[in-house]
Amino acid sequence: MTDQAALNTSTVTNPPKARRSVGSLFSWAMFTFAVLYFALPLIGMFEFSLRKRRGTYSFDAYTTVLQDPQFQATFTYSVVMSLVTIALGLALVLPAAIWVRIRLPKMRPVIEFITLLPLVIPVIVIAFGYLRMFNTSSFLPMTGSASATNVLLAFGYATLALPYMYRAIDNGLRTLDVQTLTEAAQILGAGWFTIIFKIMLPNVFTALLSGAFLTFSIVLGEYVFAALLDRPAFGPYMIWTGGNRAYEPAALAVIAFTITWGCMGLIQLAGRLFPHTRAKR
Amino acid sequence: MPYLTINHLEKSFGPTRVVKDFNLSVDKGEFISLLGPSGCGKTTVLRIVAGFEEPSAGSVQIDGRDVTNQRPNQRNIGMVFQAYALFPNLTVAQNVGFGLKIAGIGRAEAATRTAEMLRLIGLPDLGGRYPFQLSGGQQQRVALARALAPKPRVLLLDEPLSALDAKIRVSLRQEIRQIQQQLGITTIFVTHDQEEALSMSDRVVVMNGGIAEQIGTPFDIYNKPATPFVAGFVGSHTGFDAQVIDPAAGIVAIDGAQLSLGQQLTALKGATIRLALRPEAARLGRADGRETLLKGRVVQVQFMGSIIRLSAMVGDTALTLDTFNRPDTPPPPLGTEVEISVAARDFIILGGAGDGIATEQTPETQRLA
Repeated sequence: MTDQAALNTSTVTNPPKARRSVGSLFSWAMFTFAVLYFALPLIGMFEFSLRKRRGTYSFDAYTTVLQDPQFQATFTYSVVMSLVTIALGLALVLPAAIWVRIRLPKMRPVIEFITLLPLVIPVIVIAFGYLRMFNTSSFLPMTGSASATNVLLAFGYATLALPYMYRAIDNGLRTLDVQTLTEAAQILGAGWFTIIFKIMLPNVFTALLSGAFLTFSIVLGEYVFAALLDRPAFGPYMIWTGGNRAYEPAALAVIAFTITWGCMGLIQLAGRLFPHTRAKR
Repeated sequence: MPYLTINHLEKSFGPTRVVKDFNLSVDKGEFISLLGPSGCGKTTVLRIVAGFEEPSAGSVQIDGRDVTNQRPNQRNIGMVFQAYALFPNLTVAQNVGFGLKIAGIGRAEAATRTAEMLRLIGLPDLGGRYPFQLSGGQQQRVALARALAPKPRVLLLDEPLSALDAKIRVSLRQEIRQIQQQLGITTIFVTHDQEEALSMSDRVVVMNGGIAEQIGTPFDIYNKPATPFVAGFVGSHTGFDAQVIDPAAGIVAIDGAQLSLGQQLTALKGATIRLALRPEAARLGRADGRETLLKGRVVQVQFMGSIIRLSAMVGDTALTLDTFNRPDTPPPPLGTEVEISVAARDFIILGGAGDGIATEQTPETQRLA
């Protein structure tokens, strides 16, 4: 290669390299900004939650929160309610999503619109609607006893979680040829119970878990429904603590974040536990 | 008595009639192919037999029992799908044993049967793998084993080879046929690939527009096509319009040249009948036993490996002929004037073999030319 040719080559190749390094620098700057934007408040909150004892860092706020009987009662209540809501959501959404994919594919946009409604309608409107429909003087009184109100609350939570649960399951089903798998199972003699629980459920399990954990997070932090129905849930407890204590709300927020991240980690872990899902990743 | 009978089957989707008065009798152990273009109704017929579609009219009987109103899971039919449809969460062995488990077969017996099926398809060591760890051909073999494991009364194959590459298709179709003959299972195979249908089947049903145009052995379907559609769809041919000169002697004229078809014609003198000539029936140059000599100009040469397909203009007709590929005889260049010899007996009379039924010049028959 002559010197002139080498010169030409370098003038031709240098500008893209320069552009690439500028682009790379910009990407890193954006990434750093995003990390700081999300991490700094969390770090600040965590640091603040450790300052309960004067002059030194301690976990006193966490100890206070975890030893508070009200925390234990409300947290347990919300965990149980979230499990009930997940079961209810699954029982409602999984067969519906499968049925829509197999028998009513043209209805999918309508169903998707319906499942999005809880995001559009304010929770307080839904809660008041429930109170009007199911109060003690209605045709189906469900606010007369604690257990009936709990059932009503679970239905309310299931409604709130519907957009996330439906989308998670529908996305899982999208990776499968539901129609053909159903027909393959049917021709081998399987009934609907076997098709749903032995074929569909294991194949959308990871998607289903993400829907379940999202539901768990929603139920754990939900305030309006629980407050209006006067149930001892974790959401109202967090609001109450936030209004009456200084360091404990920050500790509660850190605990809530830890639980959420733990759930996300579990989703990843669950995906690895099923060998058949390895191909998808 | 036929083992599987389809009587006057009709199916409409809204205003569209997809299957029209379809009738078929299949003997026990027979391999039948439903062959036709997309939208001809072949898959719909198969799905009605499986129970996935409800017929608008007609009935399906298996072994003398009407199964028309039975659900798919009550029919004891095996089916292989185009998209394999293996259950992704189950291993190969679990997939094959799925039907056995549903049927309540004991664990030991099911394991034996599963192993037997895996040996049958030549994958005895892959029972522990998941479907995603198999190639397309292996997956389709497993799907076949899964369909056969519960010993179904009838096996349905819905274009099982369509998703595979050419070499695997050929080897797998031979395997499927071998396994079918070994087990003696009554089989209906849906395909749009004439080569598959002709090479695998005892009989072929050529479907078009929801009706069975012709039902016959592969030999008859190819050599005695009953309709212009069958002649056009199965194999290639050159179509000719011929004037009947002497029906009793079977003499006709094509573009003024007279030839004897060697059989009596039922069409009247002066009528126009439609004749077809397969590419392999014509020879380049003069050949013994081929008394009719045509002159043409080469307009197209397709090299297809073992054969070379030429297209030559003979008058206004583009005549297609095949020659064997010989390394020492290259194909004639385009524009070369050639002699083509044909035997009058090789002309196929369309619209009823040997009948010489006069055909109307519909756009379809025009197109065939």
